[in-house]
Amino acid sequence: MRELSLNILDIACNCVTAKASLVEITVDEDTSAHTLSVVIADNGCGMDEETLNKVQDPFYTTRTTRKVGLGIPLFKMSAEMCGGSFKIESEKGVGTTVYADYKTDNIDFVPLGDMVSSIITLATMNKATDVFYRQVLNGKEIIFDTREIKKILGDDVPIDQPEIIQWMRGYLEELIESLNGGVS
Amino acid sequence: MKSLEELKAIREKTLANMHVRDDSSDVIRVVVGMATCGIAAGARPVLNGFVDEVAKRNLGEKVSVSQTGCIGICQFEPVVEVFVPGQEKVTYVKMTEEKVAKVVCDHLVNGNVVTEYTIGAMAK
Repeated sequence: MRELSLNILDIACNCVTAKASLVEITVDEDTSAHTLSVVIADNGCGMDEETLNKVQDPFYTTRTTRKVGLGIPLFKMSAEMCGGSFKIESEKGVGTTVYADYKTDNIDFVPLGDMVSSIITLATMNKATDVFYRQVLNGKEIIFDTREIKKILGDDVPIDQPEIIQWMRGYLEELIESLNGGVS
Repeated sequence: MKSLEELKAIREKTLANMHVRDDSSDVIRVVVGMATCGIAAGARPVLNGFVDEVAKRNLGEKVSVSQTGCIGICQFEPVVEVFVPGQEKVTYVKMTEEKVAKVVCDHLVNGNVVTEYTIGAMAK
């Protein structure tokens, strides 16, 4: 994966598959400490301990179309190859949380990339799954919450209408730009 | 600066333009594979490309764009399946943002399959 945002999208797709009603994603970067942390938490079906122990193995997957499952192993690798760390916690019936910490001054750190596309893709993937996205840069934060958006849209305008998607893209782009001091 | 206030106005406009799909059997379905294999190969810009083209050409009534998991042909990702009611499924492989515009114009609008992008042409 060429961008961390793609790994994040990939892992968060699993939350949708796990029938989560809410996915919470936090990206917290501290430029002076050269650290970036990613937390992806869902309230989906969760995993038992046996499954949890197996998911980091690339040769384990629940799917039947092929024999490998690379999502979690690739995400783990992205953190560990730049001197960071990775952790996954899950409880059956409660949900799953994935933590990845990165060292941004390491040469193998993969840039965050286009988070706007990942979050919007996720927000429109399944109408039953809400997305709460929080991005923090040196203590300053922005929040994007599809529950707020859906409250305004009401029951008669679905969130995956093309006009709404385009508005959400622009809205989130501006939020992230404001974090970077107006520079995209 | 965009605000949630502004969304209220967009909502009204969208609602006015929205037509109820009274007969969903008429709708062309575009399905983009978005598993690890698809995402790593570049499915995200392909999906966004379809959403943008459909919005730009005002095809929202006639075309639905959705996502699915791994279709099982990872070496051909990004894979896009097009279901036109009453016709055989068409599988486009190794899709790019550039190919999306042609598929939307030729296939979705004008009904001509872009044969050179299909799995049949690629697997030869």
